[in-house]
Amino acid sequence: MDFNDTAEEAKFRKEASDWLSANAEKKEHSRDIYRPAEMTGEGGESSALQDAKDWMTKKYEAGWACLHWPKEYGGRDATAIERVIWAQEESKYKVPGGFHEIGQGMAGPTMMLYATEEQKKQYLPPMAKGQEIWCQLFSEPGAGSDLAGIKTKAELDGDTWTINGQKVWTSGAHYSDYAILVTRSDFNAPKHKGLTYFFLDMKSPGIEVRPIRQITGGANFNEVYFTDVKIPDSQRLGEVGDGWKVALTTLMNERLAVGDASGVDFQEIFELTKESDFNGENAISNGGVREKLADWYCEYAGLKYTKMRNISALSRGDTPGPDASITKIVSANKLQDIANFGMDLMDNASIIKSDDKDDIRALFQGSLLGAPLIRIAGGTDEILRNIIAEQVLGMPQDVRVDKTVPFNEIPSGSKN
Amino acid sequence: MNFEFSDDQLVMKEEVRKLFEKEDSVKRNRNILEGDENFDKDLWNKVVEMGLTAITIPEEHGGIGLGFLELCVVAEEMGRAIAPIPYSSSVYLATTAIINSSNDDVKKEYLPKLAAGEMIGTFAHSEELGTPTSDNAKTTFQNGKLSGEKIAVPDGDIANLFVVSAKSGDKVGLFLVDADSKGVEISKAECFDGSRSYANISFKDADAKIIEDSSSEAIDKLLNQAAVLFAFEQVGGAEASMNMAKEYAMGRYAFGRQIGSFQAIKHKLADMYISLTLARSNCYFGAWALGNDAPELPVAAATARVSATKAFYECSKENIQTHGGMGATWEFDCHLFYRRARLLSANIGGQSLWKDKLVSSIERSNLPQ
Repeated sequence: MDFNDTAEEAKFRKEASDWLSANAEKKEHSRDIYRPAEMTGEGGESSALQDAKDWMTKKYEAGWACLHWPKEYGGRDATAIERVIWAQEESKYKVPGGFHEIGQGMAGPTMMLYATEEQKKQYLPPMAKGQEIWCQLFSEPGAGSDLAGIKTKAELDGDTWTINGQKVWTSGAHYSDYAILVTRSDFNAPKHKGLTYFFLDMKSPGIEVRPIRQITGGANFNEVYFTDVKIPDSQRLGEVGDGWKVALTTLMNERLAVGDASGVDFQEIFELTKESDFNGENAISNGGVREKLADWYCEYAGLKYTKMRNISALSRGDTPGPDASITKIVSANKLQDIANFGMDLMDNASIIKSDDKDDIRALFQGSLLGAPLIRIAGGTDEILRNIIAEQVLGMPQDVRVDKTVPFNEIPSGSKN
Repeated sequence: MNFEFSDDQLVMKEEVRKLFEKEDSVKRNRNILEGDENFDKDLWNKVVEMGLTAITIPEEHGGIGLGFLELCVVAEEMGRAIAPIPYSSSVYLATTAIINSSNDDVKKEYLPKLAAGEMIGTFAHSEELGTPTSDNAKTTFQNGKLSGEKIAVPDGDIANLFVVSAKSGDKVGLFLVDADSKGVEISKAECFDGSRSYANISFKDADAKIIEDSSSEAIDKLLNQAAVLFAFEQVGGAEASMNMAKEYAMGRYAFGRQIGSFQAIKHKLADMYISLTLARSNCYFGAWALGNDAPELPVAAATARVSATKAFYECSKENIQTHGGMGATWEFDCHLFYRRARLLSANIGGQSLWKDKLVSSIERSNLPQ
């Protein structure tokens, strides 16, 4: 049992670290993160977006983008452990990110399995290069956790599909160039059998993107409306009616892409309890406070070492378990509870709103408002518990009364 | 990075697991609980034969000379098996205390006997209701004689050797007393987990040898080392409880279907798995710190201990809940794990104490980074 790299891993780490130190600015401490020069967009993304695209292109040209993809599509043919090492090294630098995950992490792997060779050569290298951004048109007002309940309609005429309907919670739709899309092509088939999957140009006529303002005040999500949007049949991924299978490929990759919840964690609450006054002494001297700190530290450390066990599995060439679900459940709930408790400790002062990013209050306030979104996005706590029970523990699926019924006969509770 | 036990260690774990399965240790636990014996001597002999009492003892003292990592994997199986034997007292506590000692005479005299299972040791530490710490001992050591009252000593009526915490001058050190020495009076106490045995022990000018009397830190170190080992034992018990709950939920039908298909039960099981996974990962770091005698040991040990105590409590109580009424009967095995979870939680200080220790250790070490 040790924390050392193998000789090959050490060589790779040095190569990565050498390139990074020549091309990026190192962080001075963990909160010394990249900050965009201006935040003019509705989602606060304008200069961050261009910076992220340019950083990705720089990596692409040096062979450091989409590491695990095949070289012919713009990747590096790197192993899973090399990808982890790269992420560890890159996280030491002040670099922009956060815009390419859906394309490179979800659309890319799906295209890799289902697109034609010609399409892969056309779309994947630009996706790796990073100037083109992709989004995911999956959820609908009536279909979130129950994704197979979508109603956006796809009709085929000749070799062109016509799409009508509405998607929701689409991260980054307002700045995306392309999208992956699940539709219903057969309303008479059972719900999982009537779906068809496409990719499309977001500039296609008939697409309307409307931002959704979140409880944080930001607007990273959108509603996307389709009115007679045309998609050539050549942009279908998988067979007609086989879209659920294709969507599962995307979702499996989504769960790998979703990591720790960002925001306040043990370090922040620990520092705060050392500084804040509580009945004339530092809060950390209080038994009730110490008990909470101990619990959060155990979760914080437990996730950290679970990740290390997974990395070890990768290093040995094993497949890591679906423990990403554990990480998301535990870290999102911990984030929410720490944020709430931290504000409690700050008492009335915590209620005064602060937009200064260096103010500790802004950090706790932002985390408290962001946490509910994290507990829902990319699989709710409840869906993730189902996944753990079914896929890790091998327990039976829920009884699903709608599984074999024609889709148009399933009760939906809505009039449309 | 290789944050995993070695193949040899995993093979050893498998062998120990097979032994306990073959010997039906859960059945043996019940036999001790219901019978008059204070431990399963036959099972103890088999554990000794396999060399499990000699793992960390150096070869020069009759041991196998392996490390704490090997002991960690054995501890996990001991917990899964809820073995009715004084293993933790003799091996994690008494043997480790003597291995830590700078007194070579004590090592020479006792380690070979502990390795061979001829002697069973334990740690006599608690003195009153509440938490034993490194500095609240009222027992005293002076001029080779030890006097005081120790309560709730695990396996106190089984052991022939006591490692005793006692005040010597202004320090609290560790001392060694033979159970058959003059001035030692052992009174067996009825135990909450009847598969294990406890006793109250009175020492009146009993002959004692010094294990460590120059620093009060010896006790903290011993408790930290034992905390990691107990945590592995707790993880083993927690996993066994979770698996029992799962098996039952798959086989039991209600409302026309397996109860394991209801989300109320599935989510309960998922939460057990989460708690168990966090505890196991923290135990791994504890094992690394223990095996390397790393400066991180105090934080690592308390983290492992707190999360493993939580996991075993949660898994053993929710196992009963998953079983419904049958889970709360004497006949079903659920309560054997529930009792053992409580016993292991109390063994080297309770959850509140260890949580407090954890935060103190973090404050001292300026972790985390």
